[in-house]
Amino acid sequence: MPSVAANSPAPLTISVAAGKGGTGKTLVSTSLAIELAYEYPDKVALLDGDVEEPNADLLMPTVFEDSQPVHILVPEVDAEACIHCGKCAEACQASAIAKIRDVVVTFHELCTGCGACAYVCPVDAIAEVPRKVGRIDRGIAAGSVEFTQGRSEIAQQHTGSVTSALKAHIKSGKVSIVDAPPGTSCPMQETIEDSDYCILVTEPTPFGLNDLKAAVETCRTLSVPHGVVINRDGIGDRAVEDYCKTEGISVLLKIPHERRIAEAYSRGETLVLAFPEWRGPLGQVFDAIVEEVAQ
Amino acid sequence: MTGYKQMTVVSGKGGTGKTSVLASFAALADGKVIADTDVDAANLHIMLHPTVLTTEEFWGAKIAVRDPEKCKQCGECERACRFDAITVDDINEYACEGCGLCTLVCPEKALVLEPALTGDLYVSETKYGPMAHARLVPGAESSGRLVTMVRQAAETIAIRDGLDTVIIDGPPGIGCTVTAAIADIDLALVVTEPTPSGIHDMARVLKTADYFGVSCAVIVNKADINEALSDETERVAAEHGARAIGRLPYDSVVTEAVSAMTPVVEFAPDSGVSKAITRCWSDLEQMLKSL
Repeated sequence: MPSVAANSPAPLTISVAAGKGGTGKTLVSTSLAIELAYEYPDKVALLDGDVEEPNADLLMPTVFEDSQPVHILVPEVDAEACIHCGKCAEACQASAIAKIRDVVVTFHELCTGCGACAYVCPVDAIAEVPRKVGRIDRGIAAGSVEFTQGRSEIAQQHTGSVTSALKAHIKSGKVSIVDAPPGTSCPMQETIEDSDYCILVTEPTPFGLNDLKAAVETCRTLSVPHGVVINRDGIGDRAVEDYCKTEGISVLLKIPHERRIAEAYSRGETLVLAFPEWRGPLGQVFDAIVEEVAQ
Repeated sequence: MTGYKQMTVVSGKGGTGKTSVLASFAALADGKVIADTDVDAANLHIMLHPTVLTTEEFWGAKIAVRDPEKCKQCGECERACRFDAITVDDINEYACEGCGLCTLVCPEKALVLEPALTGDLYVSETKYGPMAHARLVPGAESSGRLVTMVRQAAETIAIRDGLDTVIIDGPPGIGCTVTAAIADIDLALVVTEPTPSGIHDMARVLKTADYFGVSCAVIVNKADINEALSDETERVAAEHGARAIGRLPYDSVVTEAVSAMTPVVEFAPDSGVSKAITRCWSDLEQMLKSL
């Protein structure tokens, strides 16, 4: 039942992350985006920033309209001009260029595209050529969600440039939901660092708690306000809820452990598409976030 | 060349049951070293209760540090940086790749690269055997290098104690930590689940393993959630040259075992899932011997 409300949503960037993978991050990000798009048609963007394993499009009907490659500049050594001084190899922190006797060899998979080798080359023997490290696919999901997905190339070590290219699509004036990669290290941090809020999805098990604590620490380090969604509520114990209470972290939503939710997921149907009764609770999650950010 | 075989458990998608399966293998296998290379969200210690014997500091990736006394705010660094990590008055340590270009272009030599203490590497003892693992400071830069250090520690133990097998819990995804966790191993075991994301992510990790010339086997976890997609998973696995070695049933006893912090083959040895894991392990043991 799409709303005809002309009012605009608070134009927040909300990332959805999880220390532990497979806790339901994408179930939450897609459901939240779809629910908000029902309320605010054409005012909602979903960005899939899990660039190593992007799969938000597998949980909702998605029509892709455009695909752009992401390139970085990698070195190409002119063997004729090279004087084998080794300055390039010395400058490279990624071990992507090496001098072996009188030959300079490059390892493009390891290259971050920083340009230090070309900068230090005294004889301009290094040209920088584009190398495709991923792509940005854009389209419309579930009718009116503006969808953007980053996808890294296989065997590409440095996924940061794909994340940066994706984040360039965050637009003002819209709600942007950003699906972050799992974990708490560089890919996750780069994805969530400029968010107004970060939803941390976890499950009530010792694994979920352990990884949630690390994700909370990361949000605190980055000064990103955050709250928790507990998925598969009922499978484990109360330790996650007790932890949130002690730490003063809002529990935004609890999704019960139900086989029918898992089965819908395995058919490629996210929560609000399979079970519309979840629209209300997800709308309330957004309202709670707007309130928390305003404070 | 080496006297031991190495197997890494990966998944592509997180939360497919990788660590639960590996903890059970740890309980079943003889003569092995255990390594947890999911340094970003390490969980294996929760199941195996290691007693730490030695701790080594991990100095992670370098980042640029500025000496404000020397800086004349000329902006050369800001113009040179391709990662938008530096301005005349700030350095974004999360965006900084540690490439050092800014230190090279700075006319005042006001910038240097400095490593940061970002974690600890542990060698431990468990009731199941020796274990190498690590802890990364939350919010720190992750690193394939820490994964490599954990693996080196495990291999050193395997050589010292004359053990046959190194079983490695790998990280999710297909990025630099996964590459480090599967480099030069004998077998990658992909634990996946019969969902569209499970299949998609498994295919990406199988392609990654293939790129590095690593043989793969696949276990479909929670197979009875969707039998048709379990068939599809095994078909896609075969297409990528991986051998499907078994299916595990969905069973809440696996979560109960996690809550009890005990490998499921010990927590509920007579359950269907424990029997299936035990069968998978004997197949894998044979596979590892024959590789």
